[in-house]
Amino acid sequence: MKKSKYLLLLSLSLVVSMFLAACGGGDKGKDDDKAADKGGKSAQEIRMLESTAIPAMDSVKASDTVSFTTMNNVMEGLYRLDPNQEVVPGMADGEPTVSDDGLTYTFKIRDAKWSNGDPVTANDFVYAWKKAMDPATASEYGPYMMEGKIKGAAEIIAAAAEKKDVDLNTLGVKALDEKTLEVALEKPIPYIKSLMAFPTFYPQNQKFVEEQGDKYAQKAENLIFNGPFVLSDWDGSTDSEWSYIKNKDYWDADTVKLEKVQWNVLKDPQAQANAFETGEVDITGKLSSDVVPQYEGDERLVKWLEPTLAWLKMNQKDNKALQNPDIRKAIAQAINKQDYVDGVLNNGSIVANYAVPNEFVKNEETGKDFRDINGNKLLPYNVDAAKKAWKKGLAALGTDTVELRYLTDDTETAKKTAEYIKSQLETNLKGIKISVESVPFSVRIDRQNKQDYDLQLALWGPDYLDPMTFSDLWVTGSGNNKMSYSNPKYDKLIKDAQTTLAQSPVERYKALAEAERILLEEDAAIAPIYQRSSNVLVSEKVKNFTYHLVGPEYSFKWTSVK
Amino acid sequence: MAKYVTQRIIYMIITLFLIASFTFFLMKIIPGTPFTKADKLSETQLAIMKEKYGLDDPVPVQYANYMMNLVKGDLGVSFQFDNVGVTEIIVKSFGPSAQLGFQAIIFGTIFGIILGVLAALKQNTWVDYGSTFIAVLGKSIPSFVFAGLMQYYLGVKLGWFPVAFWRGPEYTILPTIALAMFPLATAARFVRTEMIEVLESDYIVLAKAKGASWFDIAFKHALRNALIPVVTVLGPLVVSLMTGSLVIEKIFGIPGIGEQFVKSIQVNDYPVIMGTTLLFAALFVVVILIVDLLYGVIDPRIRLAGGKK
Repeated sequence: MKKSKYLLLLSLSLVVSMFLAACGGGDKGKDDDKAADKGGKSAQEIRMLESTAIPAMDSVKASDTVSFTTMNNVMEGLYRLDPNQEVVPGMADGEPTVSDDGLTYTFKIRDAKWSNGDPVTANDFVYAWKKAMDPATASEYGPYMMEGKIKGAAEIIAAAAEKKDVDLNTLGVKALDEKTLEVALEKPIPYIKSLMAFPTFYPQNQKFVEEQGDKYAQKAENLIFNGPFVLSDWDGSTDSEWSYIKNKDYWDADTVKLEKVQWNVLKDPQAQANAFETGEVDITGKLSSDVVPQYEGDERLVKWLEPTLAWLKMNQKDNKALQNPDIRKAIAQAINKQDYVDGVLNNGSIVANYAVPNEFVKNEETGKDFRDINGNKLLPYNVDAAKKAWKKGLAALGTDTVELRYLTDDTETAKKTAEYIKSQLETNLKGIKISVESVPFSVRIDRQNKQDYDLQLALWGPDYLDPMTFSDLWVTGSGNNKMSYSNPKYDKLIKDAQTTLAQSPVERYKALAEAERILLEEDAAIAPIYQRSSNVLVSEKVKNFTYHLVGPEYSFKWTSVK
Repeated sequence: MAKYVTQRIIYMIITLFLIASFTFFLMKIIPGTPFTKADKLSETQLAIMKEKYGLDDPVPVQYANYMMNLVKGDLGVSFQFDNVGVTEIIVKSFGPSAQLGFQAIIFGTIFGIILGVLAALKQNTWVDYGSTFIAVLGKSIPSFVFAGLMQYYLGVKLGWFPVAFWRGPEYTILPTIALAMFPLATAARFVRTEMIEVLESDYIVLAKAKGASWFDIAFKHALRNALIPVVTVLGPLVVSLMTGSLVIEKIFGIPGIGEQFVKSIQVNDYPVIMGTTLLFAALFVVVILIVDLLYGVIDPRIRLAGGKK
């Protein structure tokens, strides 16, 4: 008996140790590589932190910032964004020729190579765009970015929805020859270059992609690159470390100073700051508002205004109270936003009394910020006006109590925000009762799509550099409206901006600004709350740290070490 | 013995099947879609995506499909990551979590037992109070507070250990200690209570009368009996530690499975929810079996039916 007991213990411990050895074994080789990397650190190297691993490296399938940022540095589309947020040529050679109606663009492709030596051709763009629209790809961003913009995209989506055969050749993109790309548009798009800088419109080398088949973009070795860097040491979407190595074959390789950018995943913002303090990393990810105050006044804290707006959506479907514009005006004006950004957020975010962000877009003709037209004064905090409107609204409804459900995310900030807004509304508006419902993001979106909410705090960031990425949200029946807001005057102004005024920048901005005024001042369709600010820690040795406002977050093409 | 184990394994398979079924239907009740950009997709596009992934089928059909694939060993493909198999995600992220958990449980139990034994032997002295104090701290302060404090003081201020990341043995020290506080406290408390009881029993008095040394009494005679409740609580604790801790992984930048589990639920990544749940469930039933077998090893009074034959 005694013998068998020890035998049992022995075999149990053997099983456990074998099991652990099997788990740990895979990473051994990698650890050695990493150690070698650490020893041989070159001068032109910076170390970065990211909050999640890279979910996707197939440009037509990616839909998140981390993937877009990586692609922006290891690949290149027709255009890219520079440190001044201007669009500069990438794969495009010189200015495109545009047809008189503004519907056909012809781009010349510059002499550039993929990292396997193949030239970048017009067909690479045609192939990638068609792949993005192919229902078999199941791309989220492909149809979203192309519908209503690239000719034929809407028809392809409609056909796919009806499960009919889809002819991808009807998509408005053609290779006239090896180096000439013709793009046909649904309507004139003044911001076309900025759109072309978005990773969904990047080229893909057909031959290489088809050779790789299912393996394409699964690991660094299943990818080829045409950007300032090549992706290296990336073992797929679950890898928490990867790096960019300078691409010697990049057409503008002389501009690129950095030899290497090393990335690590570290989610906790305080831990990020700790890693920065010890010199383990040179640039942190975006800091949360509890970390920012520790670094207030520190020269290493870099702050910028993101073009992301937070607003309260007021769902007018089946809600008598919210269908009343006075009630909506009262709600929008009863919230002290200044106290909120100072006290609750405390990270440099600013009060938003507008529906198109500040420091976001400039008029191409006059060079003036879009916000110069309407300023920051649409629907501001005003308790007296709010109380007056509230009284009027209640009288019209013939009631003295209004109960509303407030739908929001289940993050810490969202919960604090909900408490604040609830207390502001219940203090300033007599008879209002707010019940807060915090749910996970995917649930919130599901309820938004079903219009199952009264008030909802939502954030919106742009997809391209133009006010339209905010303005067209509120058109009647728009896929993002989802609050049954409808005003024919608003719809007409947006339509004009998209069609008749598309090629006259000054008039177009005026129309969009008037639409914004109607949306807020006349209709109080939404209650804008704040414009978000970003804060990161950047070591003094980093020169030309480049962030962007749209799509990818950072560029390293112009960055160097002092 | 063999018959007992076979029987237990059959029950384990039935348990796992039931857990898989319950999880599947519960998971389908969660509202929302697994598509990350659902806020920007049009309804038509959402419908196309749902159809493509078979999410528009009735739930029982989806269930049947999933179970058929599961029997074949196919756990499916993640929604969050482009074309990455669930098996690959589990294999890659379980390693670091299992290693950390294993280190923490070894470290925690050894020190916990030592503390508990010392406290029991020196009952109502400063040794006892000190050990109780540590145990109370370990039980009541959440591990992320320890993690944050150690990272700041031992990592940033003193520079003794790396602050974060997963690159080698020295990188595992701080997260191991942070994770070990709970099993340490648990073991210390249980061992102390049991030891005090055991030390008063007749056979210990006899051993003392025969002149056995205190070391022999404590570690050879008393500890073995005092360990039974510890093994009972530590079994499941091993699983929960080895399957990763979301906060520890976040703070130390560890590519572990705890985060995959929590995040998959938040973003409705159905195949990953199923895969991780099944892994955790499988570990649990295996560990419970091991614990039951260990009882016999530690305490001869607990005999399996087959043992006598």
